[in-house]
Amino acid sequence: MLVEEIMNTESLYLHPGDSIEKALAYIDQHKIRHIPVVDEHHILSGIVSDRDIRDALPSIFHTRSQEEHLKKPVSRIMSFPVITANPLDVVEETAVVLYKNNISALPVTGVHDKLLGILTESAVLHTLVELTGAHQPSSRIEVKAFDQPGELAALTSIFHRMQINLISVLVYPGKDKTSKYLAFRVQTMDPREVINELKEAGYEVSWPRIPGMNE
Amino acid sequence: MMQEAAFVYSEKQLAYKFSEDHPFNHLRLALTYDLLRHLGALDDKSVIEPRTASDEEIALVHDSSYIEAVKAGGRGTLSRGIANNYGLDTEDTPVFKDMHEAAALLVGGTLTAVDLVMEGKAGHALNLGGGLHHGFRGKASGFCIYNDSAIAIEYMKKHYGARVLYVDTDAHHGDGVQFTFYDDPDVCTLSVHETGRYLFPGTGDVYEKGSGEGYGLAVNVPIDAFTEDASFLENYEKALEETAAFFKPDVIVTQNGADAHYYDPLTHLSITMEAYREIPRAAHRVAHKYCGGKWIGVGGGGYDIWRVVPRAWAMIWLEMTNQTDLLQMPLPGAWINMWESGSPVPLPHTWSDPKNMYPYIPRRAEITEKNSKILDKALYHIRNEQNNKPS
Ligand SMILES: [Zn+2]
Ligand SMILES: [Zn+2]
Repeated sequence: MLVEEIMNTESLYLHPGDSIEKALAYIDQHKIRHIPVVDEHHILSGIVSDRDIRDALPSIFHTRSQEEHLKKPVSRIMSFPVITANPLDVVEETAVVLYKNNISALPVTGVHDKLLGILTESAVLHTLVELTGAHQPSSRIEVKAFDQPGELAALTSIFHRMQINLISVLVYPGKDKTSKYLAFRVQTMDPREVINELKEAGYEVSWPRIPGMNE
Repeated sequence: MMQEAAFVYSEKQLAYKFSEDHPFNHLRLALTYDLLRHLGALDDKSVIEPRTASDEEIALVHDSSYIEAVKAGGRGTLSRGIANNYGLDTEDTPVFKDMHEAAALLVGGTLTAVDLVMEGKAGHALNLGGGLHHGFRGKASGFCIYNDSAIAIEYMKKHYGARVLYVDTDAHHGDGVQFTFYDDPDVCTLSVHETGRYLFPGTGDVYEKGSGEGYGLAVNVPIDAFTEDASFLENYEKALEETAAFFKPDVIVTQNGADAHYYDPLTHLSITMEAYREIPRAAHRVAHKYCGGKWIGVGGGGYDIWRVVPRAWAMIWLEMTNQTDLLQMPLPGAWINMWESGSPVPLPHTWSDPKNMYPYIPRRAEITEKNSKILDKALYHIRNEQNNKPS
């Protein structure tokens, strides 16, 4: 999935000369945490977050200086340069960018840094959950496989033969270098037969079962 | 005159049948009915014939294009490609002859039970043929075609203006019912189920709480695999009592899937008949305490149809009619003789399970601890609201 499919294109923005007070009002009214700042050509010039504002505010004990402070332009406290996303980026990549930089939103920009929208952490998370298939009725089966070419094909052919619809596959690294875990979400309430087939094909399958229990 | 309870049943309900070897097998209805008859606990006047639900009634919840697809499936005129879009003609929900009529009769049975209770003709009513909680608006799922409970709840809202508490103790999350009413302020759903970490359908996380006007009115208590009676009952009873006290329903609908039992082949909990004795007891108490007795019970899952389901479901009827003293007696020999030859496993002779049915569970303390933390999270919102109420 691409960024342009999930970005918010109706996001608010500020100009560099707008006051910190205005930024604060936007954040309160619209329950957002980031506001992009653009110049008169809609070119991205910075970003302000609720944290930037809080960090810049003088202590509440100095109420007078606080009022003065709120009149200052956002350009004084905005962050620059800004980490951005491109509308054609893949959503999984942007998740890595958010994670590595410990940030929660990315302005999306096009040619000449023109602001097109904003991508929030929650929109990315939502897409990732959809990619795992966890939102569709399904059972989950974890299979331990060798880390070698053809394993995924061999496994999926077993599901295919059993006519079981696969909703998603996630791959986790194994504890040792030679193995990995594949977590399948399968569209059936009764995965007993496919689990048996997988075991017969020599795979180790995780499915809650204490030895000697449930048959 | 109002009867204490009504048992909605007809042999015609057994027509809901996917295939000979499909795990969902409504022969369990006949096994349960017959057990109660042999026990002398079910007289002719308590047994009420289910009606069939009309298309308009089914459409209270389901899309009309889906209803048409189900009809076509039952006539053998639905292509596989189109069927699959509706969750039909799959391994779980194959098409079968006259499937619409069979499914509409199960829905009608639950509506029959609803009318009896809401019109004051019966204090409680039981339709064990219903409880198909996985059905979605436009899609069959997990052996369920039409979602009779969701339809019945919508029907009660419309015709009786009722606030409904739906309580689901099937081992699987009651996803279809929950999501039908996810933002509805007049319906509260409570589901106690095995965690979706592995088990179908995967939803029912403790953080699913409803949305919009219905926020806080979806309560989920996902419990760990291998959970035993004591921990299961503690979670169920507290969740039920506190949810009912908070929501103050006009009527309670209980879904009584019997697939959380240790013997059930599709799930991984370690519940025994002890829990199936207690589940309807607590529901009965809550119905009288908060709803003037208005209680509609439906069936649900249950895939050990010989040893588990007949006993568990008979217990609901015995509770509804205050005949639980019969549980002191052994199971009727005539019932055992009648069904033994057809059963792949020896039939039980007592209402309770043998003491050493399953080996000791090494992680018992850990599981119990984890479940009680989950319960706190599940009820956090309700407890908070209760504490903040002006006194
Ligand atoms: Zn179930
Ligand atoms: Zn009663």
